[in-house]
Amino acid sequence: MTRYLLIGTGVAAISALEAIRSVDERGEVSVVSDDPHGYYSRPGLAYYLTGELEESLLFPYQKADFSRLNARFYRARVSHIFPSEQEIELEGGARLPYDKLLIATGAQALPLKVPGADLAGVHKLDNLADARALLAHARRGRPALVTGGGITALELAEGLASRGMKVHYVFRSERYWPAVLDETESRIIESLLRREGMTLSPQTEVTEILGRNGKVTGARLSNGKIIPADLIAYAIGIAPRIGLAREAGIACERGILVNERMETSLPGIYAAGDAAQVYDPAAGKHVLDSLWTPAREQGRAAGRNMAGQPTAYCKSIPFNVTRLAGLTVTIIGAVAVPSPLTPLPQGEGKPPSPLPPLPQGERNAPSPLSHLPQGEGNTPSHLLPSPTGRGAGGEGRGEGDLLAIARGDSETWRELPHAIIAQSGFEVNRLRLMVGKTHLLGAIVMGDQKLSAPLQKLIREKVEITPIRAQLLAPDAPIADILAGFVRRGNGKQGN
Amino acid sequence: MFRGLFRSERARREALTAGQVTPDPSRCVQCGICSFNCPIGIDVRRHAWLGQPVVNSRCLTCGECVARCPRGVLTFERTNLFAERKK
Ligand SMILES: Cc1cc2nc3c(=O)[nH]c(=O)nc-3n(C[C@H](O)[C@H](O)[C@H](O)COP(=O)(O)OP(=O)(O)OC[C@H]3O[C@@H](n4cnc5c(N)ncnc54)[C@H](O)[C@@H]3O)c2cc1C
Ligand code: SF4
Ligand code: SF4
Repeated sequence: MTRYLLIGTGVAAISALEAIRSVDERGEVSVVSDDPHGYYSRPGLAYYLTGELEESLLFPYQKADFSRLNARFYRARVSHIFPSEQEIELEGGARLPYDKLLIATGAQALPLKVPGADLAGVHKLDNLADARALLAHARRGRPALVTGGGITALELAEGLASRGMKVHYVFRSERYWPAVLDETESRIIESLLRREGMTLSPQTEVTEILGRNGKVTGARLSNGKIIPADLIAYAIGIAPRIGLAREAGIACERGILVNERMETSLPGIYAAGDAAQVYDPAAGKHVLDSLWTPAREQGRAAGRNMAGQPTAYCKSIPFNVTRLAGLTVTIIGAVAVPSPLTPLPQGEGKPPSPLPPLPQGERNAPSPLSHLPQGEGNTPSHLLPSPTGRGAGGEGRGEGDLLAIARGDSETWRELPHAIIAQSGFEVNRLRLMVGKTHLLGAIVMGDQKLSAPLQKLIREKVEITPIRAQLLAPDAPIADILAGFVRRGNGKQGN
Repeated sequence: MFRGLFRSERARREALTAGQVTPDPSRCVQCGICSFNCPIGIDVRRHAWLGQPVVNSRCLTCGECVARCPRGVLTFERTNLFAERKK
């Protein structure tokens, strides 16, 4: 009888457990996690913060579901893995044996390293305990400061705003989330945030957190200003929890390196989810995602392989639907645009056309970036969290606010695809397509989401778009209509 | 820019009421908003996890779960029943 041991109760581990049970009903499964709340929807925490969800609804599984899976659950922190003895050690010294081990330890927020970061009232958002602490500190009508980038920073800002706090959002880059959004998209989000009543301070950093009697009272910014705040929340990126694996001699880069069967460099030991760095055949290298569905799929593949059913995990196109400043945004595939500093070699297609002005007379007119580099070697280097705390690769790409990828994020989105951009819509409904030679490589859908699902399919399945490619790239092309027509004619429809 | 592309919201609702709620599991993050908002307490989230349409006779096809899901997981898909009835 095989003894399985899973570290973690996130979606990767639960999915692995289900997969093991679908193959092996008799094996002995133990699950160890240091999260007192067990398995819940981490992305759901954002909706819990805004009050759209009650806490009890965050838990997809009830007691009966767990007993059906017939596993033994331990609440403890794993302190060591001893591969040669096939044992793990729990904090306190107890040991558990295994034949097959899964490391699904997820990721955690990078710490904010400024003086005062240890004061009460400084928050991150990794888990349910963090969300509870945030809500306990949130006070209607009081000032809060949010710093960082990506999706989580806005989830924090909007969660606090919806609890009635006056939110000041401080970020280092010149515009919001430049690694993934283009300038127009950033400006749309920024103007919506301002319309919601938030104060934005771009190109600014928190240099010190100020407090009295151990509690936050405000922050000093790089521009010299002092901002009063009862609460400070940060999201500057995440790091996979790889300490256990690394110490046990398992090969790691930014995450735990795995092959397509989710095997680590040591026999009998697997990794999945946010902790794993997975081989991406398209990119020819190992990449990180922090996304729910890939974590689930990796967990499933790992579980089946552990139970003796060879199963390859094939990395699919990363995809997320999120809400930024109240606007629904779908991000699919490779969507990065070259930074304005990147020289743009002569590309194919139409000449660049300047974009019309933004709604509400936003001060910055977007730069006309209609072309992408054609040559090899333009792919940005990965965003390595450097020991000094600032992402080396990130700086060059203008990713000032995130030192690594964030939650609900993928390294793949930052890839510069060999594509031409087609775009339309400069109000809240906006569509940006990364048009490759024969198929679409990426897309951002803002506002109206009717094309979100069809585009996901067109990109995931590399559907040939040659019949409409020229139309899409024509000046001022109504790309949404062209695509909708293409889809209506049976291309890339759901469930095809 | 999407004007005229798709049927109006009301027409869509009418067409939808003849269908069943069908999930695309690859978009779902198990947040539970759908289950939370179902007036008769169907655990729509579980259907989304399993990739199974809601074939519960108690489903009112009210569309609440479809409308509330923040990630576009749920759609109404026409059932054959509807097509047959029309014949
Ligand atoms: C606020 C927020 C918003 C998000 N939004 C989105 C989104 O919009 N879309 C999306 O796709 N994804 C989103 N994500 C990311 C998504 O939730 C993760 O990708 C997913 O949860 C990863 O699952 P996992 O099982 O790999 O890791 P986790 O869910 O992080 O689970 C890790 C588990 O390991 C345990 N553990 C770690 N170390 C130890 C140890 N030493 N001993 C014992 N136990 C240990 C932890 O307690 C935990 O149970 C979001 C995440 C957060 C926090
Ligand atoms: S509301 Fe949508 S994302 Fe959330 S559990 Fe339901 S189907 Fe999944
Ligand atoms: S359509 Fe209405 S009744 Fe049916 S599952 Fe959705 S919310 Fe519940």
